[in-house]
Amino acid sequence: MDAIFLQLLNGLDKGGAYALIALGLTLVFGTLGVVNFAHGALFMLGAFCAVSFQKLLTISMKVRDESITFFEAYKEVPYLEIWFGDFGSMIIDWSVPLSILLTIPTMLLIGLAMERGLIKHFYKRTHAEQILVTFGLAIVVQEVIRHFYGANPIPTPAPDIISGSAPIGLWLGLSENLVYPWWRIIYLTFSIIIITAVFAFLQLTTFGMVVRAGMQDREMVAMLGINVERKFTIVFGMAAVVAGLAGMMYAPILPPDYHMGMDFLVLSFVVVVVGGMGSLRGAVAAGFLLGILQSFASLNEIKSILPGIDQIIIYLVAVVILLTRPRGLMGRKGVMED
Amino acid sequence: MSDTKNWNRRDVMKAGAAFAAAGAAPMFFTKDAWAAKDFMNNPSNSSTVTLGFNVPQTGAYADEGADELRAFKLAVKHLNGEGDGGMMNTMKPSMLKGNGILGKKVAYVTGDTQTKSDAARASAKRMIEKDGVIMFSGGSSSGVAIAVQGLAQEMGVVFMAGLTHSNDTTGKDKRRYGFRHFFNAKMSGSALGPVLKERMGTDRNAYHLTADYTWGWTQEQSIKETTEGLGWNTAKAVKTPVGAGDFSQYITPILNSGADTLILNHYGKDMINSLTQAVQFGLRDKQVNGKDFQIIVPLYSRLMAQGAGENLKGILGTTNWNWALTDNGSQAFVKSFGSEYGFPPSQAAHTCYVQTLLYANACEMAGTFYPPEVIKQLEGFNFDGMGNGKTEYRAADHQCFKDVLVVEGNQNPSSQFDLLKIVKEVPRSQVEYDASIFGGDLGPYEV
Amino acid sequence: MNFTKTRSDLTVMLIFSIAVLTMPIWLAPIGAGYPDLLQKFAIFGIFAIGYNILFGLTGYLSFGHAAFLGIGSYTAVWSFKLLTMNVLPAIFFAVLMAGLFAALIGFVSLRRSGIYFSILTLAFAQMSYNLAYSVLTPITNGETGLQLTLQDARIFDGPAGEGLPSTELFGISMSGYSGFYFCAVVLIIAFFLSLKIFRSPFGMKLQAIKSNQTRMKYTGFNTRPYLMTAFIISGMYAGLAGGLMAVTDPLAGAERMQWTASGEVVLMTILGGVGTLFGPLLGVGIIKYFENIFSAVNEAALHNFFSFLPGFLENLMVTIITPFVGEGWHLTLGVLFMVIVIFLPGGIMEGLDRIKKRYKTEGASEQTGDKE
Repeated sequence: MDAIFLQLLNGLDKGGAYALIALGLTLVFGTLGVVNFAHGALFMLGAFCAVSFQKLLTISMKVRDESITFFEAYKEVPYLEIWFGDFGSMIIDWSVPLSILLTIPTMLLIGLAMERGLIKHFYKRTHAEQILVTFGLAIVVQEVIRHFYGANPIPTPAPDIISGSAPIGLWLGLSENLVYPWWRIIYLTFSIIIITAVFAFLQLTTFGMVVRAGMQDREMVAMLGINVERKFTIVFGMAAVVAGLAGMMYAPILPPDYHMGMDFLVLSFVVVVVGGMGSLRGAVAAGFLLGILQSFASLNEIKSILPGIDQIIIYLVAVVILLTRPRGLMGRKGVMED
Repeated sequence: MSDTKNWNRRDVMKAGAAFAAAGAAPMFFTKDAWAAKDFMNNPSNSSTVTLGFNVPQTGAYADEGADELRAFKLAVKHLNGEGDGGMMNTMKPSMLKGNGILGKKVAYVTGDTQTKSDAARASAKRMIEKDGVIMFSGGSSSGVAIAVQGLAQEMGVVFMAGLTHSNDTTGKDKRRYGFRHFFNAKMSGSALGPVLKERMGTDRNAYHLTADYTWGWTQEQSIKETTEGLGWNTAKAVKTPVGAGDFSQYITPILNSGADTLILNHYGKDMINSLTQAVQFGLRDKQVNGKDFQIIVPLYSRLMAQGAGENLKGILGTTNWNWALTDNGSQAFVKSFGSEYGFPPSQAAHTCYVQTLLYANACEMAGTFYPPEVIKQLEGFNFDGMGNGKTEYRAADHQCFKDVLVVEGNQNPSSQFDLLKIVKEVPRSQVEYDASIFGGDLGPYEV
Repeated sequence: MNFTKTRSDLTVMLIFSIAVLTMPIWLAPIGAGYPDLLQKFAIFGIFAIGYNILFGLTGYLSFGHAAFLGIGSYTAVWSFKLLTMNVLPAIFFAVLMAGLFAALIGFVSLRRSGIYFSILTLAFAQMSYNLAYSVLTPITNGETGLQLTLQDARIFDGPAGEGLPSTELFGISMSGYSGFYFCAVVLIIAFFLSLKIFRSPFGMKLQAIKSNQTRMKYTGFNTRPYLMTAFIISGMYAGLAGGLMAVTDPLAGAERMQWTASGEVVLMTILGGVGTLFGPLLGVGIIKYFENIFSAVNEAALHNFFSFLPGFLENLMVTIITPFVGEGWHLTLGVLFMVIVIFLPGGIMEGLDRIKKRYKTEGASEQTGDKE
């Protein structure tokens, strides 16, 4: 029972990450009709915002270790700690959550620049060309990051206070073995908040209404005299911020490295397509569904019957869903079907 | 080999062969002088000899590959008599003179394995077919090492393996033309045994998470043998997909399994992720059966330690070599590497450097580049002063036998490089095993 | 009209054959004239030509073609292990097996179109890769890759001598240059077949499907059998390429089936020009050249190259170029992708066509006007 409850939590957590990445991707896919292979790179850049912010906070005074003579070895003491003592250490400790201050503006800027500088010119081009140019961009971004940060993952721990586990079992009156890491609970909550915010924005504001109308029929909206282009730039910026936040918050779970975007790229496309093209709800539903199924497929009891099932479950589910529902879970007719 | 380029070259070679034979005049030439001289990329009528360094330059192990490359360049420098000579001054016995190899200046070419068997083989073939290398080296994965080792045998070019830890490299997939200085999973297990017993007792319940491919399996098996030999129980061994990223679904079942020890048979990024997440799930703060829960990472590297950060403190594992060793050989190497690049070498760099020197020395001892003779010199070669104490290249499987380091994540590092603390230098006698247990066949000298 | 077309096809074939067979000569000056890379050019050329029959003609973007490449390789190596080192049975079985799998995967995937089709093919390929890497290790030898061993049966060959046998075609060894010429001949045949398919009524129908499938369907035309045939043919081309990879180097690894490998052939085709005859080959040439030659350039080699310059200029050039070669070859490739697609819409071939046209209209507009 505990095991199943825990796997459900794992699945929701994983699903939250998948849904966040897929949400941004499907905004770009559905509204702008652009196949964005650089979306994984945006996720990675978000994680590196957290890394950079941590680096910034831990700029250190270097005390030379005199016992080593062949090269310069230092013990590093961050200036923040020197100047502010315990308060300084606390700020450093909270660097990942605080890096949200850096992530949102940075990712917004990157998103806007990307759309204005490159993507804008590719709305009318074929999907094949969009793939090539965005894939090229992803490689370039990735290599630039590697140039500055190396290929090795960089540890970005969560604050000490929430690095342990929450005694969920005790709260619910179940076994005390039932614990779950605070940070993962935070991640799940965070993803639900972001998803809700995006939906609320699209449903409740005039801007959102225009965007939704644009998703349905772009020409019509343009004919009504609304500046669609400008709106689309903002949508792209929003997608970049959502992807970046997903990456930033994931940093304590997965120490970021330059290649993490590529690792998530294929998966995010599968999620979006399983959810159905042009459907935000579909993408979110598919994210959670695939996350949960993946967790349960990894149960030892299931693996012993079907060895290797945990490795292919996502793709297997994708095949089954696409065969039973022609346009994924909630796809609209005619979007990216030719 | 019936490739036309080789035929062209062969004609040229024949002209110069008698010449070289007269100079070197070892007895094997008398047997069949023409056939003996006729080998792949014979450098006898060139003033330089080219070595190939095939390392991962892109992908997850790129940093490790970059460090290997630094070590190779340093080795070439030292062989050519530039720099301070590094381990050439401490290696015993040594015939290296600092004038290249057999009087020929050493040149090198590099390539990118991308940590993929296909790409590694393509890159190695380029080195052999286009650049004319006489030996190649490098690597950061056992799959790649085994794949290119097979190629080495086919083409008749010696391969001095870099970082590869699977038992198979010198076990069931061993090759006459492949040599490994690095230790293996079996030796990791044997070395960890006594330390585990001392620290954790004989009554433990171990849970394995194993990367689902050949290296992971051989390590799981070797560690199991050791721990079960100590009297530990194996609660469960679960295979995890390579590059899973999020391991939470494999970690939560451990919480209620009754296990009190977690053994992570992961390497590189997988290990960094699974360890980080296991610690996040509070495994290290747990008490099971009245014992503190323990995590063990059988194979360590400093780059992995950097990635795992704080989580690694106090966690046991093994390593082939560490820059903090104080013997003359290690000191000499750390000194030249450190002053050249400004930071200490990794274990991957160390093994690549040593391999290059060993090959060069074997050529000097053989008096020729002719691979079968060089191989015979390396087989059973005993040496010292290379950082791991007295070492032997065992003839039966081309595995080096030497002391193994048991290390733990440093609780209180004195500098940014001081990540691993040496717990014990396990003597060679404790990690030796019978070469026949893994089967395999080295294959012929002549190809 | 028809006559001139056949004649021009003949000329195309002749020029193509000569160009392919003389590759060792004209590629040598740029450092690509050695057997392994030449083999790779030919093999991936076949792969891309086959892929172009599906993607170029029908517009169906398969993101899982590497699976067929991998299946071809595994089948060929198994043929070497069980039957004989002769390459003909190996290639035959490789093509056959890839064709079977293509029929199976195609049957399922072609029930959908557009991005849904892409993801279905991707899913099948990823499942093949993941299983081959882990649980199917008894068949595929997992991470290490399937290799020949001394214990193999090889029932049609005599008792093995010392060491591993090498692949052969009636006594001719298939490594080195002979291996390349074998692949080159296969490439020429494969190209010829693809040319015929492009020009055939079948090819026309495929192109009609690409331009408007709905209209085709309304006219009562059943597109499925045509799409199936194209899918199976391109799967067999991939199997052939996979088989040839095993022929020139008898080892088959699971990475050959990973999505990055499928992505590579997509990129090659788009880079060169989707639906053009020569485009995919150009794409192959560029990507493989970067992977094998640019990745091998190191600082020492650069210093050598620029040694004719005065010292400070030499150092400057080396500093500028270093980030783009060696470990930076990915960066160069990424930049190249962007530059080509930004400045040459439709890939290299179409871009060249446009440039040609512009010159033509500028130069010849006064004489004859538009020739087309």
